[in-house]
Amino acid sequence: MTPGLLYALAGVALFVLGLGAMLLPGPVLRRILGFNVMGSGAFLVLVGLAQRAGGVDPVPQAMVLTGIVVALAATALALALARRQEQADD
Amino acid sequence: MKALPRLAILLFLLALAAALVRAVLDLPPPAVDLPAAVAANLGKSGVEHPVTAVLLNFRGYDTLLEVAVLLIALLGVVAVARPTPQHQAKDDANPVLQTLARLLAPLLVLAAGYLLWAGGHRPGGAFQAAALLAGAVVLLRLAGLLPAWPRPHWVLRLGVVLGLFVFLGVAALGQGALLTYPPELAGALILLIEAGLTLSLGLILAGLFLAFAAHREAS
Amino acid sequence: MTDPLPWLIVLPLAWGALAFLLGPGRGGALAIAGLAVQTGLALILAGQVLATGVRVHPVGGWGAPLGIDLAVDGLSAVMLLLTQGVALVLAIYARSYFAGARPEGFWPLLGFLLAALNALFVSADLFNLYVTLELLTLAAVGLVAQGGGAAQASAALRYLLVSLAASGVYLLGVALIYATYGTVSLATLAPLINGDAPLAVWLATGLVGVALLAKTALFPFHFWLPPAHGAAAAPVSALLSALVVKASFYLLLRLWLGVFAPFTVAAGWVLAGLGAAAILWGSWQAIHARRIKLLVAWSTVAQLGYLFLIFPLLGSTALALQAGIMQAVSHGLAKAAMFAAAGIFLKATGRDEVDSLAGVAGRLPLTLFAFALAGVTLMGLPPSGGFLAKWLLIDAALEARLWPLAAVVISGGLLAAVYVFRVLRQAFLLAPDDSHFHPVPRSMEWAAFALAAASVALGLRGVELLQLLAVGRVT
Repeated sequence: MTPGLLYALAGVALFVLGLGAMLLPGPVLRRILGFNVMGSGAFLVLVGLAQRAGGVDPVPQAMVLTGIVVALAATALALALARRQEQADD
Repeated sequence: MKALPRLAILLFLLALAAALVRAVLDLPPPAVDLPAAVAANLGKSGVEHPVTAVLLNFRGYDTLLEVAVLLIALLGVVAVARPTPQHQAKDDANPVLQTLARLLAPLLVLAAGYLLWAGGHRPGGAFQAAALLAGAVVLLRLAGLLPAWPRPHWVLRLGVVLGLFVFLGVAALGQGALLTYPPELAGALILLIEAGLTLSLGLILAGLFLAFAAHREAS
Repeated sequence: MTDPLPWLIVLPLAWGALAFLLGPGRGGALAIAGLAVQTGLALILAGQVLATGVRVHPVGGWGAPLGIDLAVDGLSAVMLLLTQGVALVLAIYARSYFAGARPEGFWPLLGFLLAALNALFVSADLFNLYVTLELLTLAAVGLVAQGGGAAQASAALRYLLVSLAASGVYLLGVALIYATYGTVSLATLAPLINGDAPLAVWLATGLVGVALLAKTALFPFHFWLPPAHGAAAAPVSALLSALVVKASFYLLLRLWLGVFAPFTVAAGWVLAGLGAAAILWGSWQAIHARRIKLLVAWSTVAQLGYLFLIFPLLGSTALALQAGIMQAVSHGLAKAAMFAAAGIFLKATGRDEVDSLAGVAGRLPLTLFAFALAGVTLMGLPPSGGFLAKWLLIDAALEARLWPLAAVVISGGLLAAVYVFRVLRQAFLLAPDDSHFHPVPRSMEWAAFALAAASVALGLRGVELLQLLAVGRVT
């Protein structure tokens, strides 16, 4: 059980938890957070599995950097929309 | 939601988790050795750190699109954000916070500059530097030293698109394929692109926060 | 850089950013000029593909698997032509539609949307496709949210959350593929993937497939589409229904025919079944919709179902791919025309209800004609492109002895007739005395008409399209 594999398993757990938070009904903020957790889980799987043999692989690390920025942009937009939706309700 | 669909979703998630764990533990060694290819071509890439080389040279096209993604998010947030009335009470200035912010902000900018330059040969680069810059702006905003930004002025807009334009310019004006850097200029071009990105992404990230935080009396 | 291919991505990014720089609401003329150039480039590229076959463009000069490759074959060229053509006409339409009200970010977002579509249609790298999918989603959501109203924000948020969940699932699929093979380049992966692949690859196929189905709004993942397409401004709805949903369908098709081909044995039946359900359910909802834009949006759900009927047939006959693409292209043109017409109706009568259409036939004959022509394509009447698509589909189904598929196609056409005629009948009623029509610029009506006429004319000139489609197939 190498560190990479351990990260990957943690990533699987995070992914499933995040997906659950998005699928089950609940407050919008929980779903947005669920998306972030899902994303983090997928990133962990990507980097962890690529380094499961112990070596260092720069390609998934660069992909994850890109992915983090994309997730950030999406979260910002989702939060803005959720805020706007809430403002109209009152 | 009734209990049965909820149970179905939970069972599905459990099954998915089990399948994923089984799949993850069961993998053969990969067929293609990309780290070796990266190491072999690192000398021609213009930077010394492999992650920066992948991010801005080998897979620089992904980075180009990703800058556009951030810009789109800013456009969406600006379109939807409306001033909220309840923040006006917090406008009273806290002198301790303001002094701290005034001291920290230049240090953050300096750190951002260092990270930008360091990206060439150790972990660092444009995104990390931009995050620090945005942090500095957010700090100044929270201390009440910067106005909100519901509709960006043209100077700010220019700052925001400058990074993308520099990147597009370098990408399109090379010889041969898109994003081909001439090997002797690669390092300088990458630093130029990263500098533009630091400025623009910093402004975009700051703008994402500031557009939310607009006061009712902001213009 | 003399290859037209990368310019199709660089140009819309450039004019989109420039439109942002010019300020809120500006940039319409710039967009139209940029789109005109892009349409020319797409035509040149299509000519090159017809002449020399599949073209590959290694970004950065590195080549896969180290770098990212862009690749164009007949399928990509067809989708590029559809995108630039529809977008150009819609841009001209939108310029008049938004005159008066300032659409803050419409033009920059349009530029980025087009860049995302073009980038998606030519990318040959799984992770790059993830980035283009995200770019596409955020641009589309941003466009839905334009106007800042609460209804739009709500619809946009639902669309965004479904799309983000799908993207996250897609990303996990890519992570599993990279872990198994060490590369995400489609060309490098194709010879490596076969039926003996480990469980991770089977899971990855399922994850990627389901993600793309959700983005294409296949039943039962369709619930986000009618509110989003119904609440957005008419030019935005047109872009979304005509182009954006086709992008994820294209990707699914590309992967189905390419790297994931060894795993697609039984899935075709599931997809066809869901497609049939989409046709029936979507048509039913369209027949009962009170608002015009909602009717057209449900029609999109139904018409997308046709696209999925081809999957069980793809392995056995080439007619299935032709049918699917002909359907995608003719539906794109027709649906854009329909939403454009709906927008004109909205502007003229001030309301979005089917019941308020009385008297439109006398006031806006050209627009109504455009709506009817678009309906001809959706119903599948000759000589339209929709007829050609359904003919090919029925032909393929009969060749494979799948009578139920042919029956579904025919009943779908009948159901489409019901909701199209519902609108036409209402429009031909005499206007009540207190009705009040605002004038609408002629250019908007001609834009809607041009799109509708193109969808019908496609049936007459479909041969060239099918020839282009037949050129090579990139993995």
